[in-house]
Amino acid sequence: MHSTSADPALNIATMPERDTAATISARGLTRSFGSHTAVNNINLELRRGEVLGFLGPNGAGKTTTMQMLTGNLAPTRGAIHICGIDLLEAPVSAKARIGYLPEVPPLYRELTVDEYLSLAARLHRVARARRRDAVASAKQRCGLADAGARLIGTLSKGYQQRVGIAQAIVHAPDVVILDEPTVGLDPNQIREIRALIRELGGAHSVILSTHILPEVEAVCDRVQIMHHGNIVYGDTIGALKQFQSGATLLVGLRRAPPLAELAALPGVAAAESLEAGVFRIQPVAGANPTDALVSQSVARNWGLYQIKPAQTSLEDVFVNLTRREESQ
Amino acid sequence: MVFTIAGKELKALFASPLAWVVLSMVQIIVGYAFLRRLDDFLQLQPQLAGMATPPGATELVAAPLFGTAAALLLFAVPVLAMRLIAEERRNQTMVLLMSAPVSMTEIALGKFLGLTAFLLLIVALTALMPLSIAGATRLDYGLLAGLAAGLALLAAGFAAVSLYVSCLTVHPVAAAIGAFAALIGMVLVGEVAGESLRARGWAVAASLAQVLSPVKNFEPFGKGVLDTYALVCSVLLIAVFVTLAARQLDAQRLRG
Repeated sequence: MHSTSADPALNIATMPERDTAATISARGLTRSFGSHTAVNNINLELRRGEVLGFLGPNGAGKTTTMQMLTGNLAPTRGAIHICGIDLLEAPVSAKARIGYLPEVPPLYRELTVDEYLSLAARLHRVARARRRDAVASAKQRCGLADAGARLIGTLSKGYQQRVGIAQAIVHAPDVVILDEPTVGLDPNQIREIRALIRELGGAHSVILSTHILPEVEAVCDRVQIMHHGNIVYGDTIGALKQFQSGATLLVGLRRAPPLAELAALPGVAAAESLEAGVFRIQPVAGANPTDALVSQSVARNWGLYQIKPAQTSLEDVFVNLTRREESQ
Repeated sequence: MVFTIAGKELKALFASPLAWVVLSMVQIIVGYAFLRRLDDFLQLQPQLAGMATPPGATELVAAPLFGTAAALLLFAVPVLAMRLIAEERRNQTMVLLMSAPVSMTEIALGKFLGLTAFLLLIVALTALMPLSIAGATRLDYGLLAGLAAGLALLAAGFAAVSLYVSCLTVHPVAAAIGAFAALIGMVLVGEVAGESLRARGWAVAASLAQVLSPVKNFEPFGKGVLDTYALVCSVLLIAVFVTLAARQLDAQRLRG
């Protein structure tokens, strides 16, 4: 017979689930420097296994936010919970769950890669027995397997960046926070680092700050755009690309008819001429005028040579959002 | 965790040329002073032989030697301590410690112990010189131990004060000069505590001022006296400044 009191085993089993649902949860985060408000009342939530892109022009408050999330800077107002642990109340146990790569990697140039990573593991309370394995696995994941005995000061910038990332993941944290991890790398290195971040997203949650838009498109599940200390946009990458663009079509015609004729096609809400023979077709909500366009083009000999969905680039959205904010 | 940070600090010191330069300079100067003192001691032998209870080599050679080492530490410690916080912040490596699950007290204590361990090496090397004549004369080992302990406490006091000053700025050179100024100021406070205050009958003020004076607290050790008040003052000075350093680190997190 079960007693009426709650089964303790059940409580223990359900508790971690609730705790791990959100690895980072920040509410009403504000940071002022004197009269200047760098971050203004932002909310942020990160779920397990998610890669969150943190976008914004330089000086938007991304780094300040990340410094607060990692306990390097105390917020003026607001609360931060890391896996359910209050960062401000219990900084030591909360920080144990975070790996942080700041904008400038905190590398000791006079140490070797092995010495440095072993130090990082010790500082993050990795048990002595597991330390060697932790260092080896971090090196392997960051492509540093044969650089262990080299002095950090003698490594190239790309390798130093990898050491910085290895330092952030050596203790297998729940959350990895990377501040502009691909700045100053060559295109090959950028690809490698992005693949690594994508891979990290499997086991850890990742926050990635950047102002490089293709990077966000390449690796992130979700994006938050920050501007002047506020979050001006937050949604999935797919939604961001759809944002404002809808299902607009770009149509190229060799012998283009008058604009009115295109606009009169069934399912077309509006047509706009972009350059000679290229039109942007805005469909009626829910309709897809592709078939009508193709068949009419054949029937009336318009010479259709291209038809494709007009993807608004992330860049357009970004510029739009950050400009719109400015004009307000 | 404290020892991890202390170990890292020691390793970083020995990986930089600064530590070796400081060690070799101190060795050269202390070594020269030792030989001069020894020379003087040998020349004084005829006069000493005429005395009923002549002072031995420990009083005449070792005690002034430790005084020389103390004076050198006044210059060396601020330079070594500027690395502790100011240089780490300037190189932006402090973030590693600040993001790690380590309290500010552990950071301050670890840094303090790392530097103090290095300074103990200087104390040991200084003590080795009088020990090298142990076969030729009778040494007063009690006095020698007192001198070494006094110098170690003095060095730790200097380290604590310099650590705190290192927390105040991101400019390593400013930290070194600031720490040097603070230490010189404390030597002067010691003078005041010893003479002016006591001469005016302000015994309490004089006693309090002694806390802030590592050099004043070193004096009884140099005479072979185990002065518990000086011992307490030394420990108190260290505790106060390491605590201040930890609080300053925490304040930086609030201030940004």
